[in-house]
Amino acid sequence: MKTNRILKTFLWVSAVFVLAGWARAEQTLTVVSFGGSYARACVEGYHKAFTEETGIRIKLEDYNGGLAQIRAQVDSGAVHWDVVDTESAPLLTGCDEGLFEYVDDLELPPGPDGTPASEDFFDGMLNDCGVGTLIYSTVIAYNPEYIEGEAPTSIRDFFDLEKYPGRRGMFRAPTTNLEFALMGDGVPPDKVFEELSTDEGMARAFRKLDSIKEQVVWWETGAQPPQMLADGEVVMSTAWNGRIFNAQVLEKQPFVIIWDSHIRDTGFMAIVAGAPNLENARKFVAFATSTRAMVGVANRISYAPVRRSGLPLVGKHVEAGVDMQPHMPTYPDNSRNFLWNDVEWWSERQDELTERFNAWLSR
Amino acid sequence: MNLRGQGNGLGQRIIPVGLVLPLVAFILVTFVIPLATMVVQSIHDPEVADAFPRTLALLADWEDSDLPSPDVYEAMAVELVLSRENRSIGKVATRVNRIESGTRSVFAKTARRLEGADTTDMPAAMIQIDTRWGDVALWRAISEAGQRYTARHYLQSIDLERGLDGGIRSVSEDRRIYNTLYLRTVYVSLAVTLLCFLIGYPIAFAISSVSDSLAKILLVIVLVPFWTSLLVRTTSWLVLLQNQGVINDILVWIGLVDDGSRLALVHNMTGTLIAMTHVLLPFMILPLYAVMRSIPPVYMRAAASLGANPLQAFARVYFPQSLPGVSAGCLLVFILSLGYYITPALVGGAKGQLISNMIAYHIQTSLNWGLAAAISVVVLLGVFVCYFLFDRWVGIDKLKLG
Repeated sequence: MKTNRILKTFLWVSAVFVLAGWARAEQTLTVVSFGGSYARACVEGYHKAFTEETGIRIKLEDYNGGLAQIRAQVDSGAVHWDVVDTESAPLLTGCDEGLFEYVDDLELPPGPDGTPASEDFFDGMLNDCGVGTLIYSTVIAYNPEYIEGEAPTSIRDFFDLEKYPGRRGMFRAPTTNLEFALMGDGVPPDKVFEELSTDEGMARAFRKLDSIKEQVVWWETGAQPPQMLADGEVVMSTAWNGRIFNAQVLEKQPFVIIWDSHIRDTGFMAIVAGAPNLENARKFVAFATSTRAMVGVANRISYAPVRRSGLPLVGKHVEAGVDMQPHMPTYPDNSRNFLWNDVEWWSERQDELTERFNAWLSR
Repeated sequence: MNLRGQGNGLGQRIIPVGLVLPLVAFILVTFVIPLATMVVQSIHDPEVADAFPRTLALLADWEDSDLPSPDVYEAMAVELVLSRENRSIGKVATRVNRIESGTRSVFAKTARRLEGADTTDMPAAMIQIDTRWGDVALWRAISEAGQRYTARHYLQSIDLERGLDGGIRSVSEDRRIYNTLYLRTVYVSLAVTLLCFLIGYPIAFAISSVSDSLAKILLVIVLVPFWTSLLVRTTSWLVLLQNQGVINDILVWIGLVDDGSRLALVHNMTGTLIAMTHVLLPFMILPLYAVMRSIPPVYMRAAASLGANPLQAFARVYFPQSLPGVSAGCLLVFILSLGYYITPALVGGAKGQLISNMIAYHIQTSLNWGLAAAISVVVLLGVFVCYFLFDRWVGIDKLKLG
């Protein structure tokens, strides 16, 4: 009799646990992001607020970008990611390959003053498969400890080995380098892609890269440029502005960013095709692309909001107390001379140019 | 001969088979099936054929010197709109774009604008939407991408392509890359194998000839790096070798090198060779040690007593007996280095790029899995060739891991 009662209790307890687990499982959401200081900024900036408001628990995973893992999940039908942070180029490729859900019908919250989302977002931030979350820049940064004489001020100085001898860091891919090369050769930003579309322009870009090739150290991950600058491995490097900001403000490195001729791009958020928690994922994307969430991130890492209403609300860094405005890629003083990455242009030529770039590298 | 033995025969055969089954199943699921899928993927590319069946059927008897007839345009228009609706248009555009760079946007744009366009003269309407519809090159690319089974990826993986006349030719010089990378990969692998052998042989010899307790300590020293994460080991080399790194600092401090002319030890081939040799060294030492331990020391003494000097004794008595370990170690290190890519990517610089880095690019970034599969198959064939040459010259039965 007694065993029977124990068994009964046991069954009841397990049933309760199973039900509770089931109910909880329904209320979780797997969000995949790039990790590091950026993911931390997102957690503090809006993940916590989202969970508080909706009761949906967020399970955060890291990845290194790219589409291989997403495609593997979608192709095999075993999707366990819901929302991913992605960059503009993979977003376009992934959308073409059917790896992302359409979000063009998503109802996005208006700006704080009631401006509808369609007007509040900058142009090009609303894609069929993704919603823009932030603006970042590839910039030129240098370490003044290794520079003698007058400080470099423009992209021309980056390509001037006589005036500023020493090694340079550059991203090991054709993207950003061809554009920097032409701007360093005197092409104004608004003519860069036009020029690159011609054979002569392309040859001109490679010639410019040739002129410093022997002095270039090629980097592959965003963590490398600040490291190489700190170690004196290079005196100047192209880098993502958020990484340089981190080194400047949190690690007290003396690095300086040359905002002349930086290249801007957009970070997007997308939903994986066949996401297990589609409805919650849609809620999350709408929440994460509200002005409040973007400002929450921008107050922790120097990536700018993609809404017009966002930038004026950016204030001081939450921990370091530094004014964040001058670190934003979109800050007026930083925006005198810059280039928007043309992701459509790249998507047509990426494969061909990567082959050509690698062939050039190994010569 | 013996009835009892025969009675047990069936059971005796079933039990070993049963014991091996999990392994067979495991290999099937984790190795044979993925490998087969990969090979299929490298020749099977059905996306365009599935999206444009009618257009492709009509294109089959098209002379590719002139633009196709209006009914081809009609069929194309219908199938473009259809593939936009079922979301296959992006896949199609990517595949055609791989053959004719710069055509990706044509498809989605045309499909979008065809709705509500004046379609009495379809060729004119489509050319008005995008002039590239009036370009024979686009149609050629569509017709080529429409082949369900294709050798395209294999051609591309060895820097070849199909020319306008259908003949096979080399790709233009500024895009030739894969053959260079295969050669470089083989060269780096050979160099790493040689370095590992030169460094590993004396170490293994030393470990096998000292007392057991000392040998244990030495073995742990060999194995500690083996148990450390690959990334940590590679990054430590970066710290040691870089321009302002430990080794250069020491060289400058003792006055061997001038501060202005520090040695370039990393982000070039030197860095790749040093780091890969270090990472792969245990794979050379362990088989060598296992074989050397089994060589009785009395042989060397016998040789000496018969009048051989130490060098002769080593070269004619000891070394030949250690050969099975040498071949095992060399084969292991060589084949492992063929597929290495994290280490060259981190310390290799521009010229440290190996073929596996391109496979990673096509798997992760360009999503051109067909090409990635074709390159992998080429590398796999290379490994088989090495294996057979090895079997020919050395004999695989001589291979000994311990």
